[in-house]
Amino acid sequence: MSWDEVMPLLWPATRETLYMTGVATLFTAVLGLLLGVLLVITERGGLLPAPPVNKGLGVVVNIGRSLPFLILMVAIIPFTRVVVGTSIGNAAAIVPLTVGAIPFYARLVEIALREVDPGVLAAADAMGATRREIVGKVMLREARPGLVSGLTVTVIALIGYTAMAGTVGGGGLGNLAVVYGYERFETKVMVATVALLIVLVLLIQAAGDLVARRLTHR
Amino acid sequence: MIQIEKLRKVYRGRGREVTAVDGVDLTVAEGEVFGVLGRSGAGKSTLLRCVNLLERPDEGRVVIGGRDLLALRGGELRRARQGIGMIHQHFGLLGSRTVAGNVAFPLEVMGVPRAERAKRVAELLELVGLTEHAGAYPARISGGQKQRVGIARALAGRPRVLLSDEATSSLDPETTASILALLRDLNRRLGLTVLLITHEMDVVKRICDSAAVMRDGRFTESGPVPELLARPGSELARGLFPLPPAEPRDGSTLIEVTFTGGATGEPFVSALARKYSVDVNILGGAVETVGGERVGRLQLELPGDPPQNAAQLAFLRESGLAVEIKNPDREDAR
Repeated sequence: MSWDEVMPLLWPATRETLYMTGVATLFTAVLGLLLGVLLVITERGGLLPAPPVNKGLGVVVNIGRSLPFLILMVAIIPFTRVVVGTSIGNAAAIVPLTVGAIPFYARLVEIALREVDPGVLAAADAMGATRREIVGKVMLREARPGLVSGLTVTVIALIGYTAMAGTVGGGGLGNLAVVYGYERFETKVMVATVALLIVLVLLIQAAGDLVARRLTHR
Repeated sequence: MIQIEKLRKVYRGRGREVTAVDGVDLTVAEGEVFGVLGRSGAGKSTLLRCVNLLERPDEGRVVIGGRDLLALRGGELRRARQGIGMIHQHFGLLGSRTVAGNVAFPLEVMGVPRAERAKRVAELLELVGLTEHAGAYPARISGGQKQRVGIARALAGRPRVLLSDEATSSLDPETTASILALLRDLNRRLGLTVLLITHEMDVVKRICDSAAVMRDGRFTESGPVPELLARPGSELARGLFPLPPAEPRDGSTLIEVTFTGGATGEPFVSALARKYSVDVNILGGAVETVGGERVGRLQLELPGDPPQNAAQLAFLRESGLAVEIKNPDREDAR
């Protein structure tokens, strides 16, 4: 294959990767944030102590995090079918991507929220703030840089996961690299996809760092 | 203004029980500055956190401005807390908000409309002298300025009570002095009642009208500061005026004399020496200004056993001095 033949393959694959990563990130950000907040506030001595709930969520998160993505993707095919109506293709890949990334991001959210100075939370409590205000205006707001950094790490992990989307008939750069680069020994395709992935990751990391820095007031 | 009765707080965990506050009674009059002095672990922080129910006491009553706080729940308690300002050792400022944003926070919680909020924030910053730092983030200002923000924030809801949790403990001596002066000023100008906890003797000396010494969850002494200083055996007096350790020699009487207020002007040592023709030996002493009054302690040695000095001791006591005999306790020494 000449470079002229490689180029037209790259753009659709990149778009597919961005599509899968983008949609999965959207859902992960919302649901992972929610789960992370729940993990923190339901613990003993938290804002909404519910130790059994906390324990249950912890177990779910740990199970979610211990399953290799490839296996998770296959294992939840029935669920995927319920959600998007099919178990094949890019849209079908988004479901396991999201399911896999939620517990990952939830843990990072948990870490970021724990970093918030308990003295600030106590101060808000002493001012008569409601729990909702303490979570929204203090916890989440104070933790913003950490939440953004965590999301950056999650997005990059998601890009890695999308490489396996081909397993369920999805596309993307990873799939392109496997199908052309690996199975057909097209080194140029391999090199091009790897280069694109590196650039993509660097850009996302740079953007994440920039936003996190903007939110840090040191 | 603040009334606490038989307060008890026990922490339980892993089969262990720690009684942090063990039956404390405390009354702070309106407009008074009351200091609770104690080492770390004495339970004073828990006590303070029980006053606005950041911690729920196991037993006892907490009445502020005539309201029994323990009877309040949910929204009522939150509203009551909005009327009690609190400042913290590590300031508790939101790093993600500017100075003005931090002061505005309690106003948002109280549901004050935006325009009014801005006006009130400007007033409060003016009050603590931080107007020009309104747009700065907490990480960019000094510790003393941070505590001023903390004070402005605590006063946002026009509270009648201010709780201070080691507010000057992480500040250097000069900054401490300026923060204490500010608190004293606010106490006088706004009639603010202040309950503070501290491990620094200096804080009690500078601004407290009344004080208590706390140890192992209990008050070992409590009362108006001048009265405590004059009380024989007072820990507060000993702490404020450390005297060198001294052993009474045989055939002499070792006494510690505390003089407050009016007695400071009297030349009682020379009067004693002249009247009884005794050689008074001054071993040590200290004079301080406490709450605007001159207070001091002297360690004196008189020739002769305590019984032989009965008249001399009576003379000193009649002069309005608190006299403590440091000779070992024997029935004749009493």
